Amino acid sequence: MSGKDYTKMWKDLGLNLENHAGLLDVLSKAYKDIYLSQKNRPKAMEYFDFVISEVHGLRIEEILNAKEAGRKVVGTFCVYVPEEIVLAADGVCIGLCAGAEVGSDEAGKYLPRNTCALIKAFMGFKLSGLCPYVESADLIVGETTCDGKKKAYESFNDITGKVYVMEVPHMKTTEDRKLWLSEVMRFKDKMVALSGKEITVVGFKKAVSKVNAKRKALQRLSRLRAADPAPISGLDALLVNQVSFYDDPVRFTEMTNKLCDELDQRVSNGTGAAAKGAPRILVSGSPMAIPNWKLHAIIEGSGAVAVGEESCIGERNHRDLLDENFSTVDEAMEKLASRYLGIDCACFTPNNERIDNIKALAKSLKADGIIHYSLQFCTPYMMEAYKAERAVTGVPFMRIETDYSMEDFGQLKTRIEAFIEILR
Amino acid sequence: MRAMGIDIGSRFIKAALLENGELAATRMADTSFDPLERCKGLLEEVAADKVVATGYGRHLLEIHTSIQTITEIKAFARGARALLPSCRTIIDIGGQDTKVISLNEVGSVKKFEMNDRCAAGTGKFLEIMARALGYALEEFGFISSEGRSELQINSMCTVFAESEVISLITKGAKREDIAVAVHRSVANRVISMARRVSMDEDITFAGGCAKNSLLKSLIEAGMGKRIMVAEKPEIAGALGAALYAQEG
Ligand code: SF4
Ligand code: SF4
Repeated sequence: MSGKDYTKMWKDLGLNLENHAGLLDVLSKAYKDIYLSQKNRPKAMEYFDFVISEVHGLRIEEILNAKEAGRKVVGTFCVYVPEEIVLAADGVCIGLCAGAEVGSDEAGKYLPRNTCALIKAFMGFKLSGLCPYVESADLIVGETTCDGKKKAYESFNDITGKVYVMEVPHMKTTEDRKLWLSEVMRFKDKMVALSGKEITVVGFKKAVSKVNAKRKALQRLSRLRAADPAPISGLDALLVNQVSFYDDPVRFTEMTNKLCDELDQRVSNGTGAAAKGAPRILVSGSPMAIPNWKLHAIIEGSGAVAVGEESCIGERNHRDLLDENFSTVDEAMEKLASRYLGIDCACFTPNNERIDNIKALAKSLKADGIIHYSLQFCTPYMMEAYKAERAVTGVPFMRIETDYSMEDFGQLKTRIEAFIEILR
Repeated sequence: MRAMGIDIGSRFIKAALLENGELAATRMADTSFDPLERCKGLLEEVAADKVVATGYGRHLLEIHTSIQTITEIKAFARGARALLPSCRTIIDIGGQDTKVISLNEVGSVKKFEMNDRCAAGTGKFLEIMARALGYALEEFGFISSEGRSELQINSMCTVFAESEVISLITKGAKREDIAVAVHRSVANRVISMARRVSMDEDITFAGGCAKNSLLKSLIEAGMGKRIMVAEKPEIAGALGAALYAQEG
């Protein structure tokens, strides 16, 4: 995909070169078809195009250089894993993606068929030797969110030997808060032990301000999408959110703010990525890891525009900042624990905040319709979809269950187009 | 003004031509392995001023020509309403998908549901079962349920249902009984879909399978409501598209 030859680096990481070349081919073709064919893209998206073209190249080289310099690389699968702690211990934090149907046959040796596509993909990527991030990681942090992940991490650890699991409670009572705080502390100790570096108040403040700045940039992007015409396509905004999980946080923040500056201009000039008055869709539900662009591609290919993602690759990741007012590490950990326990993942019960957030977001983004997206076999989100559908009144709502394959593309397209016809 | 609607389904391509607002001609052709050529043939033959395409294959035309498209949901809503102005619920069992569409008083789509990705409860399902039972598709829907046993097909999945049918045959069950059971299983799926969407009357049955009288009577019996079938139910989608074409 990129100019430079990284074959040696990939080989040293132990990737399966043949499979890997195939993957990059498919990815670059999909990117061309879905992304580069869009009209009226903001100029500042060039940076993100570049990042994608170097997703397994330059970024990996950077990470390996950081490792060389004595920094530890930590891979995560869930927005409950506190990035601040990794950064405070001078680590590099990477949100591992698993958004493509890869290595399903291999994954099938460890997982039943009715496992969600995301879990199948992270196993598949590893088993077919395709993910340089997993290979570069010193530690992979799992969490006890849904049952599928919980059990899959056991196998993932058998294969990689690098998995550490945080216990995420499933309710938010006082006892749960205590448990979660102790889990956060345990993770901090783990990071200190792994990196051999102390976590100080000063170091922690720096980490928090980096992560908060990233969140603020993403929030800004989110708010700009409320304009009509939408200044940026849902596909592009989704991409920025996806990239936020593995790019260098400081550079990412700078480039996202630059993008937002341009979008500010666009909004005041009335320039849109979509036509003014195009039906506006809020997407809500399971996370869409890179390169899962299926739903957005269908929505925007049907003349509507996706204006928000009520999802972990989206709002759930950046909605809340971490309070920077603390003077001891312990105090910081308490604030951090409570910030993270505020996340409204469907793995919790009850989880009424999420319903409120969907409603509020639909309003602030002026959505004409909501499409609830669940990965097939993702019980928490599939179940909550019904609840959300009943609770949301006044905005048309459609539930979709799908996976990464293209076999239901035609039917999905018909359903989504018909839904959009109703909104017009 | 000659306005044409073309409905590219998985089994058949249907076309309707409106001349100055009146239905002037209808056509039907096998979708075949080269639907684009078939469509081009129809387009040439009819030579309309304005064309709107719908159906599963609609994008084929959108990509290769500049023809505008609408979904079959919208097309069926419009077409069924033209055929039966009082209808509020449309049941459409097509070749590869089954839909129930609910309309408001003025005929706009209120809600709809369609089966996703699997053939259960579709025309395809019936076709496969007809083959397993040695019926021609044309005769399959005209068996009477009168006096037939209450045999059940339990599996929703086409593949499993087919083995169920075969095992019933080998157990000596009557062919007609099995045929009725197959229809009942489709009817039950459609009814449960309708329960989620709408059973507001009048209810109309459109699309190719609407001519299947056994299916119609089983759905009516299960719902406890009457279903109206227009004269050319298979043309509803094409007619709806033609009506949109006419409006420009
Ligand atoms: S959906 Fe829940 S489990 Fe999955 S990444 Fe988000 S917070 Fe974590
Ligand atoms: S998408 Fe759902 S089932 Fe899959 S890992 Fe996330 S929470 Fe679990």
